Amino acid sequence: METKEIPKVRAVKKMKELMTTYYIEAKTARDSGRKVAWITSGGPVEPLIAMDIIPVYPENHGAMIGASKMGVDLCQKAEAMGYSPDLCSYARSDIACAPLDGGPIGGLPKPDMLICCNNICGTVLKWYEVQARFFHVPLFILDTPCCHTTFSPEAKKYVLAQFDEYIRFLEDATGRRFDYDRIKEVGKLSLQAQRLWQAVLDMAINRPAPLSAFDAFFHLALIVTLRGTQTAVDYYQTLLGEIQQRVAQGIGAVGRETYRLLWDNLPIWYRTKWLSEKFSSLDACLVADTYTSAWCGSLKYINEENFLDSLAEGYCRIYLNIGIDQMAQEVIGMIDKYEVDGLVMHSNRSCKPYSFGQYDIQRIITKERGIPSLIIEADMVDERSFSEAQVETRIEAFMEMLAEKKSTHVSEQHLES
Amino acid sequence: MDTMQAFRDVAANPLAYGDQYHRTKDRPLMGYLCSWVPEELILAAGLHPFRLMAAKININRADGHLQSYCCSLVRGVLETALGGGFGFLKGVIFPHTCDSIQRLSDIWRLQGITPLHADLVLPVKLNNESARIYFQEVLTRLKVEIESWRGIAINDDDLRQAIALMNRIRQTLKDIFELNAAAPGIISAQDSYALTRSSLLMDRFDLAEKLALVKSELDSRLAEYQSGGGKRLIIAGGFCDLPDIYGIIANAGADLVGDDLCVAGRSWSEPVAADRNPLLAITERYLKRPGCPAKHQSVTSRGEHLLQLVREKKADGVIFTWLKFCDPHAFDYPYLKDFLDRAGIPSLALELEDQLPGDGQMKTRIEAFLETI
Ligand code: SF4
Ligand code: SF4
Repeated sequence: METKEIPKVRAVKKMKELMTTYYIEAKTARDSGRKVAWITSGGPVEPLIAMDIIPVYPENHGAMIGASKMGVDLCQKAEAMGYSPDLCSYARSDIACAPLDGGPIGGLPKPDMLICCNNICGTVLKWYEVQARFFHVPLFILDTPCCHTTFSPEAKKYVLAQFDEYIRFLEDATGRRFDYDRIKEVGKLSLQAQRLWQAVLDMAINRPAPLSAFDAFFHLALIVTLRGTQTAVDYYQTLLGEIQQRVAQGIGAVGRETYRLLWDNLPIWYRTKWLSEKFSSLDACLVADTYTSAWCGSLKYINEENFLDSLAEGYCRIYLNIGIDQMAQEVIGMIDKYEVDGLVMHSNRSCKPYSFGQYDIQRIITKERGIPSLIIEADMVDERSFSEAQVETRIEAFMEMLAEKKSTHVSEQHLES
Repeated sequence: MDTMQAFRDVAANPLAYGDQYHRTKDRPLMGYLCSWVPEELILAAGLHPFRLMAAKININRADGHLQSYCCSLVRGVLETALGGGFGFLKGVIFPHTCDSIQRLSDIWRLQGITPLHADLVLPVKLNNESARIYFQEVLTRLKVEIESWRGIAINDDDLRQAIALMNRIRQTLKDIFELNAAAPGIISAQDSYALTRSSLLMDRFDLAEKLALVKSELDSRLAEYQSGGGKRLIIAGGFCDLPDIYGIIANAGADLVGDDLCVAGRSWSEPVAADRNPLLAITERYLKRPGCPAKHQSVTSRGEHLLQLVREKKADGVIFTWLKFCDPHAFDYPYLKDFLDRAGIPSLALELEDQLPGDGQMKTRIEAFLETI
């Protein structure tokens, strides 16, 4: 078996620096006279950047908590506060952090305002209400009606009206006028960053794939937190260059890429390393995922010339805010694009809108593409819902099945030729 | 009393009632999932609004669609549907409330469970003008959709008649339960439960008449009423389907004098104004009525309402209940409890699993709680 040493992605270091700077800036915002807004990951951040408000993402915080394995402790603290253990573990751990200044970075910088966009779930509405009561700060809700089958004209009108309300809200919160020229610039940068992010992810079309979903989980942070800034554009440009180089040199994300897999749902943050090594040891590369691509998935609806207006549609029709039949079509699109052999679905106890419907999506995929799939039961932050032995057995059985399928497929092709 | 028997029968077996209705009446049955679907609109279209409730069955088929960490209402309704239990329904209207119902709607549509299917994608915030406009536009869209299903036009008069009927029903229910708050136990817990539940299922014309009878019987019994002197409790929280927890509370020796449940008090709290555009009036009622945890009025509206209710009903304590895996309710519980704690009102939380535990566990917990107040 090959034991080729895979060179590290150099941008990783840069990312760590950028994120550190970003959090220091956010934590010292008061000293520099800037305001801090907490915002949901699917929310429109561009107007904040245009107003020089520092956006902070509790969900990114949740991911850090998960990755630093502090999830169980914080979730238990939330449970002691009366929150059910069946609630989203991002929400639970963040809620528990607030009064304690706990977690990996000693708590998030205090918000001056909260911006909640419900295009990802109903949980964020409840979570932000909790934080609005705790911090006594104004809450703006951007209500993005679920597009089960269509994006209705009345929904469009409603969301557009709310963009105006959003801008008024920010003007009130800062005491400054909204800069309509600046938002155009920010919009361009945001689009540029999203296109670059898509280009980075698309590199995985190559064989071997130069990056895996595990890399994408890591490099995602900036497109979430800093899209709309030059920093994000520069970073993804550098990253893209580096990944292109790897393609040219034939460097793959795993030692030997025999199987190409697609990941569905949020990462299992406290086990990314383990999972990455597990798949890699079985010659499998997770070449793409439905999660990190969500931050460029609605590019098709955005119009650069009419940025604010087109945002309404872009923010409503994101992956989790559409019907499961459309979600299945998106997955099929990715299966074809990245030439995937199998699907790995994380059935995530925390995230109901992402997980309910997975079985139906799985059936649609089996019917339309005939590729096998595996379901892993876990939770993104709360390790108590993870059984390593069970997951390991299931992954191994799945990979055996894939191997068998591949070998019969190969021999069938032999027979045919 | 005999007038109650019809309610008990319907409450005990909703599916049998639906089936019989389908076979004997002209009105096609339209299923709906929660109080955010306006029954008025269904009635005005000549349809019968039938609230979906799960049959008491083990989950088997629904396991192929929904994970075990989904609430028992959503799983149970899907199980019932996949087993053919709702064969009498012409269609179902899904309101946008929680994430679980959002996905149930997709699954329902893809499985083609009923010939007709509609999503009522209501706003989530209810506290400003753009949301109000959107709310009304969504109702208009639903009206058009129902009109095209039925091949009819629903005019304002049809709507006004339906509004008048629903107002009458809500008012009578409100009167009955106010009477019960003033004279606890005048109506038994089992019968309170039967009334609440069957009012979501029964033919609404029939219901209006029968409720009026119940009301006048209760009025006539008031003279000889004697208080049992139990502790006065309020039940808050929710289950989109109502398990018979009323009876357990009564057996534990307490009087239920009020509720903050979407299947009960919250549903009949406000009438629809009769003097303006019907869809606007329906919208306004929804915006005004006491809050549901899946919608946003303000960050403290539900707490304030609950406190007011406790004071109004002179309650000694509150029992919170919700179904396991219900996010909206589970998120609100800590703050609501905190509101009560600060006002010195004792409360007890009961998270309900699929089935009520059979061994008297609930009763014991309620009894223990009663001893502390
Ligand atoms: S429920 Fe899902 S989408 Fe919502 S915050 Fe939690 S993980 Fe994110
Ligand atoms: S009980 Fe809760 S989770 Fe279940 S359908 Fe009702 S609101 Fe949704």
